[in-house]
Amino acid sequence: MIRAFVLLLICALVACDPPAQRSVDRPEVLLATTTSFQDSGLLDVLSADFQKRTPYRLRATAVGTGAALAIGARGDADVVFVHAPNEELAYMQQGNGDRRLLVMHNDFVLVGPPADPAHVRGKNVFDALRAIAASQATFISRGDKSGTDIFEKNLWKQTGIAPAGSWYVEAATGMGQTLTITSEKRAYTLSDRGTFLVRQGQIEVQILVQRDPPLINVYHVITVNPRKFPKVNAAGANAFADYLVSAETQRLIASFGVEKYGEPLFFPDAGKSDADVR
Amino acid sequence: MDLILQGLGEAASRLVSLDPDVREATSAALAVSGIATALSVATGVPAGAWLGLSRFRGRKLLLSLVNTGMGLPPVVVGLFVAVLVWRSGPFGGLDWYCTRQAMVAAQYLLAAPTVVGLTAIAIQAIDPMLHLQLSALGATRIQMLGILVREARLPILTAAMAGFGAVISEIGASLMVGCNIKGDTRILTTAIALDTSKGEFGSAFALAFILLLLVFAVNAVTTWAQQRRRPL
Repeated sequence: MIRAFVLLLICALVACDPPAQRSVDRPEVLLATTTSFQDSGLLDVLSADFQKRTPYRLRATAVGTGAALAIGARGDADVVFVHAPNEELAYMQQGNGDRRLLVMHNDFVLVGPPADPAHVRGKNVFDALRAIAASQATFISRGDKSGTDIFEKNLWKQTGIAPAGSWYVEAATGMGQTLTITSEKRAYTLSDRGTFLVRQGQIEVQILVQRDPPLINVYHVITVNPRKFPKVNAAGANAFADYLVSAETQRLIASFGVEKYGEPLFFPDAGKSDADVR
Repeated sequence: MDLILQGLGEAASRLVSLDPDVREATSAALAVSGIATALSVATGVPAGAWLGLSRFRGRKLLLSLVNTGMGLPPVVVGLFVAVLVWRSGPFGGLDWYCTRQAMVAAQYLLAAPTVVGLTAIAIQAIDPMLHLQLSALGATRIQMLGILVREARLPILTAAMAGFGAVISEIGASLMVGCNIKGDTRILTTAIALDTSKGEFGSAFALAFILLLLVFAVNAVTTWAQQRRRPL
């Protein structure tokens, strides 16, 4: 007690900033986020760094984007980090969110067996999906209302095809597991590039369609609205959102995975508008 | 096949070097399941002894409820505990979602019925003559309970081990309420599932080996207890 007081006094005298461990009322920040963020390994890295650089600790639950937004819409989390822009806008309109900031993007890739029985290689994504449906080649869908699942269903909608039948399989599992199933079944699936790069060495599927503008995958952080949910840790949520868009974190995101996979898994976008990324 | 050999090789090196991730997951699993089992023994043994000794209307119903509890699906317990400890839930004030406390609570609910049920059976299996003799010697109810529990200590040890064995290898409830946070609520089972989906089979194998070792140790203790000649 006395020591703390003396320390405080010294700090006041030399006008120094207290160390990063300065205490806050509620150090625990509850984050609801997506499995691709956890499966890529970036969540663990950012979580440890956030704890080191701020007085807060992150408690993250990795579910799908749909579930993460639902948790946020009940006020059961302080902040959400997701990738489904249309659903996010609906979430904001319902008054569940406070701040919504663009953090980073990567892109989706259509992957499939090297033999490519549906002949989709090099096509644009809509033509590729039409070719898969026409040839009834097996397509594995996440089927778990995750951001990837929502994204995939939107792509199908834009092709005008309602995928159904024995060739369209809903795996209801995370991205890593879905890629394993796709490889085992010699099927096609839509994956985020990050998870694909992480799993690449262990599976026998290849990227067949990529770098097509409709395949950009954008991640936003949204703080849960404290006026609607007074119990949330608003200070902690803001600290995490500010942390994600800070210059150092953006550099960390840009370099994540480069050493291991030869290319970055995510591209930092803080400060840009959605239109810039598309 | 390469994948399996490579995984086993990496597992061995991680075990030998006591990899920090493996160490953290092991100590978290032991802490959570150890506390949950200790709590279920502390409450379950007296409750089981009482259930085994007393005679009252509805006892059979209660016993069959306890026996049902032995087979509680972990995901169902996980769902209930999650709904209870979410901020919007009745125990939201505790702020337990994604903490070890919530995991202990869930695992307690899974282990306690096993401890209660097996203790009740163990107490009932004691020769009824001992009962009679104890009361003839003027033992109070509490003293009687103490002596009978001591008498049945090996089957009760089996009960505790069965409870521990169930929760240490459980994943559904722990994942749902603990959130699998690295260095905190990431235990052996949830780490194995995550490493598998990340494709890190070496680490998954290493963790799986430790888990198997723990389950083996539990069963070895149980077998030893069962095969030892009962004390007079």
